[in-house]
Amino acid sequence: MTIETKTSKKNLLSETGISRRGFVKGAAAVTGAAIGSGAITGFPTIWAQNIKNVTLRQFGTGVSNINAVADKVKEDLGFTLQMTALDSDAVAQRAVTQPNSFDIADIEYWICKKVFPAGTMQPMDTTKLKNYDAISKLFITGKLTPDSEIAQGTAPHTVGFVEGADSVEFASAPTQWMTLIPTIYNADTLGIRPDLIDRPITSWADLLDPAFKGKASILNIPSIGIMDAAMVCEAMGEVTYGDKGNMTQEEIDKTIAVMIDAKKAGQFRAFWKSFDESVNLMASGEVVIQSMWSPAVAAVRSKGIACTYQPLKEGYRAWGGGIGLAKHLSGLELEAAYEYIDWYLSGWVGAYLNRQGYYSAAPATAKKFMSEDEWGFWMEGKAAQGDILSPEGKVMEKAGAVRDGGSYEERMGSVACWNSVMDENKHMVRKWNEFIAA
Amino acid sequence: MAFDTSKRSSYFLITPMAAIFAIFLVIPLLTIVIVSFWDYDEYRILPDFILENYSYLLGSSVTWKIYLNTLKYAALTWVFTLLIGFTVAYFLAFHVRSLTWQIVLFMLCTIPFWTSNIIRMISWIPFLGRNGLLNSALINLGIVDQPLEFLLFSDFAVVLADVHLYTLFMVVPIFNSMMRIDRSLIEAARDAGASGFETLKSVIVPLSKPGIAIGSIFVITVVMGDFITVRLMSGGQSASVGLQISNEIGLLQYPAAAASAVVLLVTVLLIVTGLLRLVDIRKEL
Repeated sequence: MTIETKTSKKNLLSETGISRRGFVKGAAAVTGAAIGSGAITGFPTIWAQNIKNVTLRQFGTGVSNINAVADKVKEDLGFTLQMTALDSDAVAQRAVTQPNSFDIADIEYWICKKVFPAGTMQPMDTTKLKNYDAISKLFITGKLTPDSEIAQGTAPHTVGFVEGADSVEFASAPTQWMTLIPTIYNADTLGIRPDLIDRPITSWADLLDPAFKGKASILNIPSIGIMDAAMVCEAMGEVTYGDKGNMTQEEIDKTIAVMIDAKKAGQFRAFWKSFDESVNLMASGEVVIQSMWSPAVAAVRSKGIACTYQPLKEGYRAWGGGIGLAKHLSGLELEAAYEYIDWYLSGWVGAYLNRQGYYSAAPATAKKFMSEDEWGFWMEGKAAQGDILSPEGKVMEKAGAVRDGGSYEERMGSVACWNSVMDENKHMVRKWNEFIAA
Repeated sequence: MAFDTSKRSSYFLITPMAAIFAIFLVIPLLTIVIVSFWDYDEYRILPDFILENYSYLLGSSVTWKIYLNTLKYAALTWVFTLLIGFTVAYFLAFHVRSLTWQIVLFMLCTIPFWTSNIIRMISWIPFLGRNGLLNSALINLGIVDQPLEFLLFSDFAVVLADVHLYTLFMVVPIFNSMMRIDRSLIEAARDAGASGFETLKSVIVPLSKPGIAIGSIFVITVVMGDFITVRLMSGGQSASVGLQISNEIGLLQYPAAAASAVVLLVTVLLIVTGLLRLVDIRKEL
């Protein structure tokens, strides 16, 4: 079945390929042919010379805007990648309002749902990507394994494809046209200070436990904060949801009511909006339990302060990002962008991201760039044999340590909900503002 | 004929200023006003003429709470900056006799302002925190047993940071006004038998009014529109009008943000008009 679809895709390419090449002019046509013929290494001279002059401007959230990646691109592919890091809101804003200010957008899937329909990006032709098949099924069908359940929220596969090259309509099943190539994703949960908490934390409901009065925090990015709040309310049994990723007005109102009560009772010490804030709150002991991101936990630990990324029985809130192409890209630059994206999936970056505690979208290729011990620790939930180093070479974990939450399958397999943008977004934001102002 | 030429030349002379005002003030403001009537969804703004942005804004209890909160910050900051600013300016103007020392001390006041606003604000966080310098000191001295939680991420912290940041805006214009006061007026008051306090009340304060008014306008407009101090010092737990606008912009809700901005502008203009009615600052400029 899979083979059949693949063959038909190949046919489709040879039909559309001509018109596409007609569009690419001059030297770019040669390079296009080079890519098409699969000559990834040993480029024709023209290609190799021209591509050095290409500069691709990528912007995105801090998580994957890593200078080491730009350096490696220069080394492996020869062209220049300029990175700009912004917060999620600014990313969405810029992608819509300044379409010519970027070549490659590194955005999250829930942002993609907002941004892609604005028509400032173009979908990618998956047949031009050698490593397409290496992409985790999570992003293609929504199922990590054939029998896993599809989580609530904006699951990446639901906004991962559009109907055609010029379409902004999301496709219900995988097509040849992908909106974003997944790059980086993770399962988020609560971070805790085990040295300051003397009982086991097992549920999202513990965030609002009066025992942590004045020592809890939640993130103040409405579209993500509301999900954490929903996980908490559901765990407390206060609210039941049809779909936490797309709540009704009534569900939103109830959720916010619970949060406002907690805020008025003095449950929260602060709300955080940026990565650094969450690290500082935790490291300074202002907060002992809060919504947190994986590298923030690592950052607290690297200061020698105990911090656990606590797996909870209700499951994780997951998020994922990917890179997509700006609408205005064409010719040589477009080819360079494809080249870059294929390279992104080819393993080096994947290994780099895995070592940071994120997950690579193409685990199989990343494995080739990781030692057996690293792979065992990060992906298989095994105890580390030796010291586990960060990509920069800093010791992150000592021998014997086991990753919080266990293996890739355990963590990504128990995702309860993906970050999302709701139909009732406007209402949700207004209610969230009430919560902040309360 | 001569009249015409002079008229023409004055038009010519005001053109650059008028152009700058039109391009950088009038046109952007008009755009904001126009956009405030537009509609929006998650990722687009839709040209339209709707009153929903305003009706929601003015009808929502959140808005009133936020305005009340912002006005509270503005009022508290104003009171403290005025008291401190007036005292500092008075000291500089009347107690420091030599001009050199006045300049030296005045420069000293401005030195902290050579560092970034944000850094001066953020430095309060480790100082006031639960395990911060102040709490550790208080506990070690045996003054309190439990760390004082209200010090950080509270209204107290916001007002403290605002006062710290903006007192100079009060000092400078008041000092300027005080330096213009004819010293013989004070002598005359003393000769007429006025006590120190009476001189202050009847001579110095009335003559410093323009400086006080200018300082107040600076402080109030800055605090009314501020969002970063409120966000950082309240730990994101309090809202201000500026923060609301910044959130709306962040969520691509430009029309809602524009409506909020228009309402804020009107509010601040009303406050400033009120202040100008009380004090004629032109007299002193």
